[in-house]
Amino acid sequence: MSLARANRLTPWMFLAPAAVIMAIALIYPLGYMIWGSFRAWDPSQTIGEAEFVGLKNYVTLWNDPNFRESLGVTLRFAFVVVVVEMVIGVGLALLLDRDIRGMSLLRTMFILPMMIAPVVVGLMWRYMYHPTVGTFNRTLESIGLPTVDWLGQHALLSVIIADIWQWTPFIFILSLAALQSLPRSALEAARIDGATAWQQIWHIKLPLMMPVLIVTGLLRLIDAFKVLEVILVLTEGGPGLSTEILALRISRTATEFRELGVAAAMSNYLLILLLLLTMAMFAFTRWQEARAARIRAASEDDQ
Amino acid sequence: MPEIRLDKLVKRYGEVEVLHGVELEMADNEFTVLVGPSGCGKSTTLRMIAGLEDVSDGEIFVDGKPVSHLEPKDRDLAMVFQDYALYPHMNVAQNISFALRLARRPKAEINAKVREVAEMVGLTDFLHRKPGALSGGQRQRVAMARALAKDSSIFLFDEPLSNLDAKLRGQMRAELALMSARVEKNMIYVTHDQIEAMTLADRIVVMHGGYIQQQGTPEELFKRPVNKFVAGFLGMPPMNFLNGELSERDGAVFVQGAGFDLRLSDAKAAVARAHSSRNVVLGVRPSDLTFDSAAPSDQALQLGVEVSEYVGAQSVLLCKAGPGRVTVEVNSETPMAIGETLTFAVNPERVHLFDQQSEIAI
Repeated sequence: MSLARANRLTPWMFLAPAAVIMAIALIYPLGYMIWGSFRAWDPSQTIGEAEFVGLKNYVTLWNDPNFRESLGVTLRFAFVVVVVEMVIGVGLALLLDRDIRGMSLLRTMFILPMMIAPVVVGLMWRYMYHPTVGTFNRTLESIGLPTVDWLGQHALLSVIIADIWQWTPFIFILSLAALQSLPRSALEAARIDGATAWQQIWHIKLPLMMPVLIVTGLLRLIDAFKVLEVILVLTEGGPGLSTEILALRISRTATEFRELGVAAAMSNYLLILLLLLTMAMFAFTRWQEARAARIRAASEDDQ
Repeated sequence: MPEIRLDKLVKRYGEVEVLHGVELEMADNEFTVLVGPSGCGKSTTLRMIAGLEDVSDGEIFVDGKPVSHLEPKDRDLAMVFQDYALYPHMNVAQNISFALRLARRPKAEINAKVREVAEMVGLTDFLHRKPGALSGGQRQRVAMARALAKDSSIFLFDEPLSNLDAKLRGQMRAELALMSARVEKNMIYVTHDQIEAMTLADRIVVMHGGYIQQQGTPEELFKRPVNKFVAGFLGMPPMNFLNGELSERDGAVFVQGAGFDLRLSDAKAAVARAHSSRNVVLGVRPSDLTFDSAAPSDQALQLGVEVSEYVGAQSVLLCKAGPGRVTVEVNSETPMAIGETLTFAVNPERVHLFDQQSEIAI
């Protein structure tokens, strides 16, 4: 082999290990899932033995009111938790972005919920939500208020509260990091220009944090679509289908109903949804940049 | 156009006091430059006037009214920052008009003002660009335009030119001088660069170690520095200092040191006689030494020329004088032999004397 040829191959040789790992760990399982979603596949069969049914799994799911209900619950859950967590997390960061004694301790305490295993979080909240011995209802009773049927009538709300408790710190920490890396002098300039504290937040801090906030929100959204353990422990998807989010339905379809093909098709729907969301976000940023560039070009043509 | 007065201004960070009771008055429509080495307290003083730093003790008066409890926005001032402090997400026009928009001025007035100041600093073609798409010099102009648009009566500059390259700095310095002649404001300018101070100031305030060392017109400070620090800080290349001893012979006063024995002028001699200590530092600016082999020995220094730095019309000679070094500024046309010991005449009217112990001018 000539030296020139070896030189040309060098970059590919360095890329090869990464490519192999990616093929084994990502492309193979993904392809397996997509392939499986076109079959009527029982866990007792190998994928080769399963009957090929084309798009039947997808069509059945699309016409299944339970699946649509579950999709609706997932969307509601994800959007509510992400919006509320963003508001509280960013708000807290704006509030606590200052030098207070004991600030580092406070910050550490804030992120504790994030470090607890989701199953434990689920158990903890299940006890607190318990209709008779739970902390919430006993407190309500002791101050003479009517008790609330947390995990029955208000199951989705209760699940949402637990998720907000666990994941707001994530947004708080990232927002705080974004805030603290903002250019100090730009904020001082805004103070001299006459901006009140609110105007500094609205006109300077939030716009400058925006790139970080978009990525943070997107990460949380993707995560919220896949949440499983907390809800599994808290409600098992009930009562009825009121808290049966997609991840839970997928897991049950695969294990309880033993319909691997349908579960795979459902996973693909979720994957497509997340891909669309991510692409929409990137498209939006692109569009904004393009628009800014167009305005600039137009104004420079005028000169 | 208010008068600003600092009354025993003190700044402490915890236990450390960095400003020790600064007293200063800045008159109406005056360009004051605070100059000093880094850590001298000049920026802190400016930021206290702006309201960005709390006043630990003392008071700031604007037109006789105390302002140190006011927020920056209520002090009627504009400021240009060292790193420009532009709002990166706003275009040039939005940056310039931010203060006006916050004040809810009518749109037509804002647009007119943006056009006016953009024209003044030469930014008309860049109004729709974001700061990220501008060069350093252009960003500097945006910062200037933003401050001008506010129409405040006090104008603060915190080392505005120190992030620019040398050529641009010279150009912007000239433009600043032009602008300051046109707008009638009380301007306060902080820099560590003595050339900026000398060229721009109506009045220079030299600070060192949290104290004001001296204030006055550039000429006053250059010609009559009150102490060794001011003498060494202003002027380029810096003043030469030689240790010596005062002695009296034949009715005249001499300064005697390693390799020199200079006779003082009558005026200097009278002051020197009245001074208690005999140990002094002789200060001679490099430009006050002239190559003259015929100079009498009591009005000259014998210097061994070691290096000649050619800087165009002038050359700077680094010379050996006893244990120390002396720099001399000469016309580049004068032929100089490196390595030889030559005679340089000292203008006796232009020498400075400082007490060795206190470093205060005699």
